[in-house]
Amino acid sequence: MALKSPVVFGVLSRLSRRSFSSSKALFSKPVTVRDALNQAIEEEMERDERVFVMGEEVAQYDGAYKVTRGLWKKYGDKRVIDTPITEMGFAGIAVGAAFAGLRPICEFMTFNFSMQAIDHIINSAAKTFYMSAGAVPVPIVFRGPNGAASGVAAQHSQCFGAWFAHCPGLKVVMPYSSEDAKGLLKAAIRDPDPVVCLENEMLYGVPFPMSDEAQSNEFVLPFGKAKVEREGKHITVVCAGRATDTALIAANELAGKGIECEVINLRSLRPLDFDTIARSVAKTHHIVTVEQGWPSCGIGAEICARLMESSTFFELDAPVWRVTGADVPMPYATTLEALALPRPPDVLAAVTGVLGARIDQASAQ
Amino acid sequence: MSKIIPSAAKLFAANTVSKSVSPAVSTNKKYSTKSEATFQIKPFKLHKLESGPATSATLTAEDALKLYERLAILRRIETASGNLYKEKIIRGFCHLYSGQEAVAVGMRAAMRDVDSVITAYRCHGWTYLMGVSVLGVLSELTGRRTGCSRGKGGSMHLYSKNFYGGNGIVGAQVPLGAGVAFAHKYRGDGGVCFALYGDGAANQGQLFEAYNMAALWDLPCVFVCENNGYGMGTSVDRASASTDYYSRGDYVPGIWVDGMDVLATREATKFAIDYCTKGKGPLVMEMETYRYSGHSMSDPGTSYRTRDEVQEVRQTRDPITSFKDKILTNNLATQEQLKEIDAKVRTEVDEATKQAKSEPEIGVEELSADIYYNCVEENIRGILPNAPMKHLEVVARK
Ligand SMILES: Cc1ncc(C[n+]2csc(CCOP(=O)(O)OP(=O)(O)O)c2C)c(N)n1
Ligand SMILES: [Mg+2]
Repeated sequence: MALKSPVVFGVLSRLSRRSFSSSKALFSKPVTVRDALNQAIEEEMERDERVFVMGEEVAQYDGAYKVTRGLWKKYGDKRVIDTPITEMGFAGIAVGAAFAGLRPICEFMTFNFSMQAIDHIINSAAKTFYMSAGAVPVPIVFRGPNGAASGVAAQHSQCFGAWFAHCPGLKVVMPYSSEDAKGLLKAAIRDPDPVVCLENEMLYGVPFPMSDEAQSNEFVLPFGKAKVEREGKHITVVCAGRATDTALIAANELAGKGIECEVINLRSLRPLDFDTIARSVAKTHHIVTVEQGWPSCGIGAEICARLMESSTFFELDAPVWRVTGADVPMPYATTLEALALPRPPDVLAAVTGVLGARIDQASAQ
Repeated sequence: MSKIIPSAAKLFAANTVSKSVSPAVSTNKKYSTKSEATFQIKPFKLHKLESGPATSATLTAEDALKLYERLAILRRIETASGNLYKEKIIRGFCHLYSGQEAVAVGMRAAMRDVDSVITAYRCHGWTYLMGVSVLGVLSELTGRRTGCSRGKGGSMHLYSKNFYGGNGIVGAQVPLGAGVAFAHKYRGDGGVCFALYGDGAANQGQLFEAYNMAALWDLPCVFVCENNGYGMGTSVDRASASTDYYSRGDYVPGIWVDGMDVLATREATKFAIDYCTKGKGPLVMEMETYRYSGHSMSDPGTSYRTRDEVQEVRQTRDPITSFKDKILTNNLATQEQLKEIDAKVRTEVDEATKQAKSEPEIGVEELSADIYYNCVEENIRGILPNAPMKHLEVVARK
């Protein structure tokens, strides 16, 4: 099920020479995103008796994508619970348990199946604290792989970032690296509100260096704080999750042409760290957004709107371009699938286009 | 056969094609010596039904060969699919039907042209039985233009006339099937819809909503639970508080069927069609069966069950071997005839496999084709704002 990704080789090839702004110096051994998530869950289960994991195949099978590997052996049936394939039911049960003070981690085998349960995510989890005037907090985490996978066609390949980021009451994170994954998931589990953690199957197997600090069991990342993955003065490139990989590969290439991109990995989609974006745009005066989701009412659209609504608008020297998933359901055929998702040359074209300032001059590749 | 209602019998007879089948009685040793035989079927279990399907079935030599050929071709298609996956020509998920062939083949043999089917992702065999060529199936799996979905759907999303897929979301096909049945009733065309789902899907809430409305409105819907023992890595008793799936419609009557016996599935389906076409409302059928491969190609299928368990089913309950034994010992077919069929099936699937590998994919302009029946926007946005795509109409609009 876990598919080997061709995308990740870019990450691998850069692994040794990349610097991480939030990391303190020394890199210990590389850790895969899967292991980082696994560490996060295990550490939080160790730390807090109320934390438990529920979902399909999470226990005896070690997780469909092996994120929960070993946890059932360690914590047993009480805290690592295999459910039937009944998302609406177990999401509801998890939310109810959170009402009553437990700290469920509700795994969706993939977020495609969270659509079966979206009523409980939005109507039960996101709104109850508000509706009860603060009487009923809902400390739950909904997590699992999100976004395009490889060769699995329209029903199994889509990004729900914008869907969940739309809803007040939810916090939404989208980790890219292993540090992101560990720090954000741990923060999510400790958080008193419902958090949706949108992981990516294609990144699970990718190793990233992790600082000593990130290896510690007290490492958490704040919500609503983006990470500047790479500093640059010519143009701001905002991305999250796997799109960060695409952006970084493009930025690397552009650097060779003398164009320095400032790559901002959002880490959380809600709250959205607009301050970091604004600060960057005040320096670069140009911006491109990169996401895998569809363009309509997407994350890029939201960033554009915030630019328009703020004084940062006056910093812009050129219109913003969004690099998005194509506005089509995901096809299965290899060549078509590749054309449905942003790739580094698309980011390159967008950067060139925006820096060229004239929208009709840039060439799409 | 004797017990089934005349109308179904007639339609069934009309359904049996005799094209390439040799004369049943012949002086030539090569051909079978008997024209028909009667078989006992493992008793059906009934839920809220006074009488069930016929427990003895008459099989003609002609039908025997036809059923055998279909069983064989389904198995062969899956073997080819498994190989194509290992060669990395089929990508993503690929769920094989091997072990479960008797369910689809028996059902199809009883179905009439007016009936319809919807199933989940384990759909390659059904697609073939519903009229798509082996090439149409295999080249969908390889994502090529000759695929029945032009390569856009892949292994989980195959369709044909009266066959509504090929669905990737567990359980979703069940209310959809009830909706197809609703349309049969609305139109008054006399058709019945078969909505197939797994033992895992059987727990989904939407099934129970569909049961309820189907019963309220007397929809001609047969809810067919293919109980293959596992939903991914979870055995039935770890997922279902009651594993008597045939009784889980509560107020919807149900039948348990030996899903490894193609005659049992055929007789049960005749009964179901008769029942539903009499306006009695829906029926649940549990087909007890087994899947040999892992859940999908990436699951070795050995961590949650033993190799011995799989071996034992293969040796004692295999739907093809057991049917073969039956028709041979009853002289409905000879070894030579079956060998001939095997050879024919092998050639057909091998040739289709070769072509499914060499066909091209559809052109990239079809990325933005057929998103809408009637697209009212001039352009479809691509990845960049300056690279709009045209919405193409590839399939003919009526
Ligand atoms: C709503 C939903 N949840 C989870 C999945 C992932 N999934 C795909 S198949 C499957 C197991 C289904 O088992 P079963 O219904 O018994 O059918 P079988 O595979 O045995 O034919 C699961 C969990 C899905 N596709 N859709
Ligand atoms: Mg099953």
